Amino acid sequence: MSMEFTIPARAKKITLSLIVVGAALAAVGVATNYEDHQFTTRLLTNGLINAFFFFAIALGALFFLALQYATETGWYASVKRVIEGIAGVLPYGMGLLAVILLIITLMDGAHIYIWMDPETTNPASHHFDDIIEGKKAYLNKGFFWIRTIAYLVTYYVFWNGFRKRSLEEDRIGGTNLHFKNYRKGATFLVFFAVFSSTSAWDWIMSIDVHWFSTLFGWYTFAGMWCSAMVVIVLTTIYLKKLGYLERVNDSHIHDIGKWTFATSFLWSYLFFSQFMLIWYANIGEEVTYYQIRMESFKVLYFSMFLINFAFPMLILMSRDAKRNYGVLTFVGVVILMGHWTDVYLMISAGSLGPKASIGFLEIGLALVCVGLFIRILLNNLTKAPLMPVNHPFLDESVHHEI
Amino acid sequence: MSDKVIFATYTDEEVLKDGAKKLVSKGIKINEVFSPFPIHGIDPIIGIKNTRLGIMAFLYGLTGLTLATVGMRFMMIVDWPMNIGGKPNFSYLENILSFIPITFEFTVLCAAHGMAITYLLRNKTLPGMPAQNPYPSTTDDRFVIEIRVSENGNYTSEDIQNLVKETGIEGFEEKEC
Repeated sequence: MSMEFTIPARAKKITLSLIVVGAALAAVGVATNYEDHQFTTRLLTNGLINAFFFFAIALGALFFLALQYATETGWYASVKRVIEGIAGVLPYGMGLLAVILLIITLMDGAHIYIWMDPETTNPASHHFDDIIEGKKAYLNKGFFWIRTIAYLVTYYVFWNGFRKRSLEEDRIGGTNLHFKNYRKGATFLVFFAVFSSTSAWDWIMSIDVHWFSTLFGWYTFAGMWCSAMVVIVLTTIYLKKLGYLERVNDSHIHDIGKWTFATSFLWSYLFFSQFMLIWYANIGEEVTYYQIRMESFKVLYFSMFLINFAFPMLILMSRDAKRNYGVLTFVGVVILMGHWTDVYLMISAGSLGPKASIGFLEIGLALVCVGLFIRILLNNLTKAPLMPVNHPFLDESVHHEI
Repeated sequence: MSDKVIFATYTDEEVLKDGAKKLVSKGIKINEVFSPFPIHGIDPIIGIKNTRLGIMAFLYGLTGLTLATVGMRFMMIVDWPMNIGGKPNFSYLENILSFIPITFEFTVLCAAHGMAITYLLRNKTLPGMPAQNPYPSTTDDRFVIEIRVSENGNYTSEDIQNLVKETGIEGFEEKEC
């Protein structure tokens, strides 16, 4: 089989039907809910959830790629194009996120970012909010957009550079490009370390504007990394099943499985750390975040945690499970839904409050985005040989054995 | 019982691995391999069963988990209810979150120590125990395959010697023991 990937007809059909079914479900959701006074907020909340979730998967893949460059890792060389394919969804995710954020900003926050509403910082208004007034120096439309643009531009510039050099390496090879990637990867990690935290505060934490948690950025980042690892393992397995990536062996799959396992633990650890400290201290302004999630979304919130924690822990613990395509696919799909639910609860419990629920609209829009995501991802994979030609560690990767 | 043991010395672990594969494919049973560091992938070649240390780790961890839970429940709830930060002190379950970190730590402590001690006992390598490797240089830069003639009924000592000598060995020795 040739190294050039083409999208199978079946995949085209499935992604198209996902989009069509999703759109139909979303249309039902719109038709049954458009008279609700929260409808606009709900629609934009959904936009924000899906834009952020799928953007975050691509960003997680970009982070993982930069991490491999910065650590001069060898084993990943033969799955590098898969990681690049996923990171390649980044520009589309960024575009969607920017559009949603722009609409929300133009609507003065649309009840999602209430700090964008001028009334909340107007001392004459009865909506005036002391705490928001106090955070005005950081949380204001102008600075929010300066930061947002800085994040997105930085991510895009680094992504563009990595991709360009990766394709160039196929043509000319040599170690110059490798060391350049090494330096750029390390530089990206420095930016990402700050931006992953502050962007989580800006885009998500500021929805619960009275509340703050210094761990929040890490928590969001861990979820993004775990989702990215799941998508990497699922895509690799899919390509293997189609007969591509002949030189990716069980040891590579095992390694990505280990990453999935480890990042699930990272996420669970941060969930618990944030939760337990706030529960223990029991301070009025800190517990609000959990109060609404525990009172109105108790089952969803804790089953989300249990699934994202216990599934990978119990099922992926053994070596054999991490080498088994079926087990990895099952766990991957389940925790991917779990992490979507996590993002859903982070955003909509804050923006819609106790009335938020998962209905046709939520499922429909999520399916549309899944379909688009897979389609863009598969399309990205057709753009370059699935096996890098001149990666300096390719030989090491091909003989990877653990 | 007197037995002949054949030791083949190699200078490279990959050569040893290829040699072992060749010998095993001819039906020779390799009793043991000595090396300064773990050789990846040698276990399935010479037919060593998967370690059961993982099962023991689980049992030790379970012991730690139980001990921590029973101990903390007795100390903090039953014997002298502790009021810390106004948390309910009459029920372990309602307060379980504050006990999780210690439970986790104690589970890890028991599993890790149990595993290390079991490993040393099973290998007979507790501090002060006499060394068992036939060649001290296998703790430095040499790799050795050990074949017992008594375990290879189909081959004579000479047959084995001839086969071993084809595998890129550095040294060769036959011992009675």
